[in-house]
Amino acid sequence: MARADADASRSGRHLHGAALKRQHTREQWSVLSLVVPALIVIVLIILIPLSWLFYLSFLGDNGGFSLENYHKMTQYKSYYRIFVTTFQVSILTTLACIALGYPLAFFLAQLPPRWAGVFMLAVLLPFWTSLLVRTYAWLVLLQKRGILNEFAMQVGLWETPIKLVHNMTGTLIGMAHIMLPFLILPLYNAMRKIDKDMMHAAANLGANPINAFWRVYFPLSLPGMVAGSLIVFVLCLGFYVTPAVLGGGRVIMVSNQITAILENQFDWGAASALGVVLLVATTFTLYLAARVFKFDAALFGRD
Amino acid sequence: MNWWNRPAADTQITHGGRLWLYVLSAIIMLLLVAPTLIVVPMSFSDSQYLEFPPSTWSLRWYEEYLGSTKWMRATATSFQVGLLTMLVATPLGVMAAYALFVSRHRATKAIFLLLITPMIVPVILIAIGTFYAYGRVGMNNTIAGLVLAHSALALPIAIIVVTAGLRSYDLSQEQVARSLGATRTKAFFLITLPQIRFSVITAALLSFLTSFDEVIIAIFVSGGTNATLTKHMFAALRDYIDPTIAAISTIMVILSSALLLSIQFLGPRGNKN
Repeated sequence: MARADADASRSGRHLHGAALKRQHTREQWSVLSLVVPALIVIVLIILIPLSWLFYLSFLGDNGGFSLENYHKMTQYKSYYRIFVTTFQVSILTTLACIALGYPLAFFLAQLPPRWAGVFMLAVLLPFWTSLLVRTYAWLVLLQKRGILNEFAMQVGLWETPIKLVHNMTGTLIGMAHIMLPFLILPLYNAMRKIDKDMMHAAANLGANPINAFWRVYFPLSLPGMVAGSLIVFVLCLGFYVTPAVLGGGRVIMVSNQITAILENQFDWGAASALGVVLLVATTFTLYLAARVFKFDAALFGRD
Repeated sequence: MNWWNRPAADTQITHGGRLWLYVLSAIIMLLLVAPTLIVVPMSFSDSQYLEFPPSTWSLRWYEEYLGSTKWMRATATSFQVGLLTMLVATPLGVMAAYALFVSRHRATKAIFLLLITPMIVPVILIAIGTFYAYGRVGMNNTIAGLVLAHSALALPIAIIVVTAGLRSYDLSQEQVARSLGATRTKAFFLITLPQIRFSVITAALLSFLTSFDEVIIAIFVSGGTNATLTKHMFAALRDYIDPTIAAISTIMVILSSALLLSIQFLGPRGNKN
């Protein structure tokens, strides 16, 4: 606006043009102002509360600035264990998702779009079903006298029922199930964009199917896989419900610890500091993802 | 056996050579879907214990659910919060998506990033942050507080879905309407909105589902008579297992399947935005 004014005063001849420009600028602002209500919601729910937590995390017992909440984290062994558990669960879940998600995404990407849409329902149905429902289902499937134990004993995999739930195993199984769609959707989208002629050319130049896959297709699908994996990893870092229910108190991740601190000690400083660390880890991972390739397109797998 | 030897892809690999992939994919799809659907037969069990498959059948858990004041009240709260979230997030999301799509301003990218932060920030932080902030202004355990927080979660989804719809729509149609004398508002409602309606409906349904299924924020900021279904379910899963949950889960699976299928099949054919 200021520039338009300056232009207009500098030369009277372009007054008309300047007026048009001004009107255009005003129009632009009036359109942009439509984001204001949404922004207000984000400021109220995300920015203000997060800044508050950030502030609390640097507040010492004496009410002044202090790093004691962060210092505590490096001091106690229990914190160390929680970070290790969090990373362990996140990495193992991501690997499980890659192992299961890649073949399925590949299968779907090879189908004609009409059929892929039908089979895709197998991915979308769990994706949009409450994670509480799915966690509950795993609780039932994995219990001592559950269908999985019964089946394994009938087939002869093991003789007595083994403990599959209320521990790390159950947590990992449940988490992998919940996270799988988050890997498959962006990976499938990336695979669909791979030029079919590439594989054609590879075959034409004498590559056998296995060679063509590993040397042409796989490298081309890698960005989609990395994107999906990072999304899964980041979501795992902040996971709460599944470890709380399927871990039976034995798998304590950062989010569970934050709640525990608030429930038992009501220590907002310590909880906030842990939250800030979680946020930094998350943001850093996503920053890496954004650097690897354009992130927003892959975020939802439907651009 | 003809199919067996037919090439399945450009590399001339045969369907027979890919049999392992088909089998593996079928198993993975079964693993994905089965745990979601298993709650349905379980809800008709007559047993106190979690057993699958059930030995005797009954409707007792549905009776229990429908006869319980606690569960009925929680269901009403969840629906109320879900619908209100939908009514807040959808128009706000459409407005924001439209503005960011039309505007050529330099700040649009930064604003977009800001608007999708609820997707990036771990939900536990949003939960304790709003819990703390609401504590200061007395908004904990209120419907309004929960709706506001859930709207923040639903906004990025609504914006992304509507933006996808706008991308496949030719904006020059709206420009034509405006050059013929329609105001921008009139042009939007008469020309643009009808053409992106499927994206808007999808955004609305997903906003509802986001709120209806949300657990962590509900655990913190909802309570008392305004506790949601998910809050009670989480407590029940963590502390004692009440088979009533199977009945409730079945209802939730049916609800999300119905919403998902309507999104898939309501949309314009061949173009699923």
